[in-house]
Amino acid sequence: MKVIMSGNEAIARGAYEGGARFASAYPGTPSTEILENMPQYGDAVYSEWAPNEKVATEAAIGASIAGVRSFCAMKHVGMNVAADPIYTFAYTGVTGGFVMVVADDPGQHSSQNEQDNRNQAKAARLLMLEPSDSQEAHDFMKKAFALSEKMDMPVLMHVTTRVCHSKGIVELGEREEADVPDYEPKIKKYVTAPANAKVLRATLEDRVKAAREYACNCEFNRVEMHDTKIGVITSGVSYQYARETFGDNASYLKLGLTFPMPTCLIKDFCSKVDKVYVVEEMDPYIEEHVKMLGIECTGKDVIPRFDELNTDIVRKAFLGVEPETYTSDMKTVVRPPALCAGCPHRGLFYCLSKREKKDGIMITGDIGCYTLGMAAPLNALHSCICMGASISQGHGASIALRDAGKKTKVVSVIGDSTFFHTGVNSLMDAVYNSGSNLSIILDNRITGMTGHQQNPGTGYTLMGKEAPEVDIPALCKAIGVKEENIITVNPNHLDEVNAALDTLLAKDEPTVLITRWPCVLKKFSKQDLDEFPTLHKTQCVIDQDKCKNCKMCVKTGCPALISTKEKVVIDYTSCNGCTVCKQVCPFKAIEEVTR
Amino acid sequence: MSEVKNILLVGVGGQGTILASKILTSGLMKAGYDVKMSEIHGMSQRGGSVSTQVRYGDKVYSPIVGKGSADVIVAFEEMEALRWLDHLKIGGKMVINDHQIQPVPVNLGMAEYPEGIIEHLKEKVDVLSFKAAEVATELGNPKAMNIVLLGALVKAMGLDDIDWDAEIEANVKAKFVELNKKAFHAGYNL
Repeated sequence: MKVIMSGNEAIARGAYEGGARFASAYPGTPSTEILENMPQYGDAVYSEWAPNEKVATEAAIGASIAGVRSFCAMKHVGMNVAADPIYTFAYTGVTGGFVMVVADDPGQHSSQNEQDNRNQAKAARLLMLEPSDSQEAHDFMKKAFALSEKMDMPVLMHVTTRVCHSKGIVELGEREEADVPDYEPKIKKYVTAPANAKVLRATLEDRVKAAREYACNCEFNRVEMHDTKIGVITSGVSYQYARETFGDNASYLKLGLTFPMPTCLIKDFCSKVDKVYVVEEMDPYIEEHVKMLGIECTGKDVIPRFDELNTDIVRKAFLGVEPETYTSDMKTVVRPPALCAGCPHRGLFYCLSKREKKDGIMITGDIGCYTLGMAAPLNALHSCICMGASISQGHGASIALRDAGKKTKVVSVIGDSTFFHTGVNSLMDAVYNSGSNLSIILDNRITGMTGHQQNPGTGYTLMGKEAPEVDIPALCKAIGVKEENIITVNPNHLDEVNAALDTLLAKDEPTVLITRWPCVLKKFSKQDLDEFPTLHKTQCVIDQDKCKNCKMCVKTGCPALISTKEKVVIDYTSCNGCTVCKQVCPFKAIEEVTR
Repeated sequence: MSEVKNILLVGVGGQGTILASKILTSGLMKAGYDVKMSEIHGMSQRGGSVSTQVRYGDKVYSPIVGKGSADVIVAFEEMEALRWLDHLKIGGKMVINDHQIQPVPVNLGMAEYPEGIIEHLKEKVDVLSFKAAEVATELGNPKAMNIVLLGALVKAMGLDDIDWDAEIEANVKAKFVELNKKAFHAGYNL
């Protein structure tokens, strides 16, 4: 049967057909929909959200050691978090076939950096597959489990945003069940004490060597011979751009298995063409290998080393051709993303921005929707480096500023899911080492930015089962934060937020403020509706007779407020009654009415 | 081998471009075309510019619609039409929803929304513009605006041989099928 699928849907389907029985992931764009698409195969494959990528990888490794085909999935930076287990799992090899799906984000559509994780496959020595569209994403994933078992190596399924989020036609197949052997301990294989690990280190080279031979004669790498004046070596979605640029005026070595690199195949292909072009996104991963073989080629001297490629860029780089286009001298205005109307983060950031202007606090941030607290008009977030970093950075800064004799207070802002990801360890650091930063945990009852995934605090699992909830105040107390230094507020009530900030910022020890209100876009659970009965029940309207058009409400940055020179109105279709604008209006011109 | 056709659906996050492109690609696949579609998720959903790119033909390689190559651009919002103008093929057509959504910098008084976009574009290219939400409201629900625009797009591309009613039935919740069929035909007959 043929269906239209995104690359992520196709990977999920491929895992099902390939006999996977266990899947774990932490959400992250552009990889999130892989696991979101697994529950439909729930009769055959167990799937779960893990608190972070390291845990997801270790859980899938455990399933593999137990003899079950398993996989984990993550965005590119998640592989840094999961690097610890995967670099050593490469030594031990697998029992059940194991695949780590890693989605890079060339062009940084939704990411803080643009690392090329093909380098990690080489560094860790993982068998790497690079599909170029949805059909290949399906086919490669399906075959990856048996390949992993055959080579006794974990597979890195390397995809990019354009493969994950593009849709194409996929021919589906049937599931192939794999036997699960009775468990037997393999201590020499899996206990990487130095005596064993040194042996494994040596056998890893043997496995890589065998895989390199396999790569030269496998179905993942193919040669398309046409005109031989130009030979293009390419992988992933870049193949599509190359194919469109050169058509049948070039021959192609289309690589799908790119670690180990198929050396014999490359040498043979290059000997049959006059000149060699390498078309790849981000780093010169293929190009450096080709050059190391002593073969001249053109690649990164004409193609950018960063940003996403497309056919226009490849065509201009190699053929010097640019498309004819319409132009206009009329200027468009950018649409920077903003916190949604009714977002529970707005009230907190409004209060923080006032305080920042008045008292000069330092605000360390983290990864999530609340990173948008940095944007105008709130401008109340000063750093965003990686998951969980806000609290540890805030701790380091608080100590450093204190020891340097500075009075600057430090506030760290982190979401619920990010706190569970790696923020917990950071809070331990702050408490254990007597820091003085205020950690604000923005508990919006869901993992928001990636599109609403359950997490250990929401009460539900990926497969829809009810689950125990992490009690955040109790956890902070168990870590060692004093009970009187933990306050929970409704972030839509500015007086509550301000009172809590006054109390906690006056302290010189680790403190925690929890803002608890659901994401407005969340599909509310019964528990949510019980706990937050006023959700979406009201909305705000401006009494135009009382309004002086002072624009104070607009300074909350709410997109439901439509401001023109003459007046401000509230878009009734998007307002859901958070009332932050009402609270900041100096003329009491905004009323809350039943929706 | 038939030439690859390119369609861009552009707008602002939340305007319903996804359902329209889902129906479109499903219909194209059943008509025997190779189809690719590309859209970018993530931060763009939060009030940002969004684009859905659809390409079809005998064989499609890249999922991305390049500059100067779109046969039709359907803009769910005026300024987005202007933003994507350089992607229109010379001689291509624009279907524009006569509707403005103010971006944050305009709201904050840091920039001005350009005036007279549709008239400006009409001087350069073939434009069909209308108030899609009003057409949909007359049929009973302004949210069917996306399917009105889909109808206009199908007409512009000459994709008459596909059973679009069947695609709407397959992709839309049962209680909205009749509304969306009417919306499609209203857009087609504009």
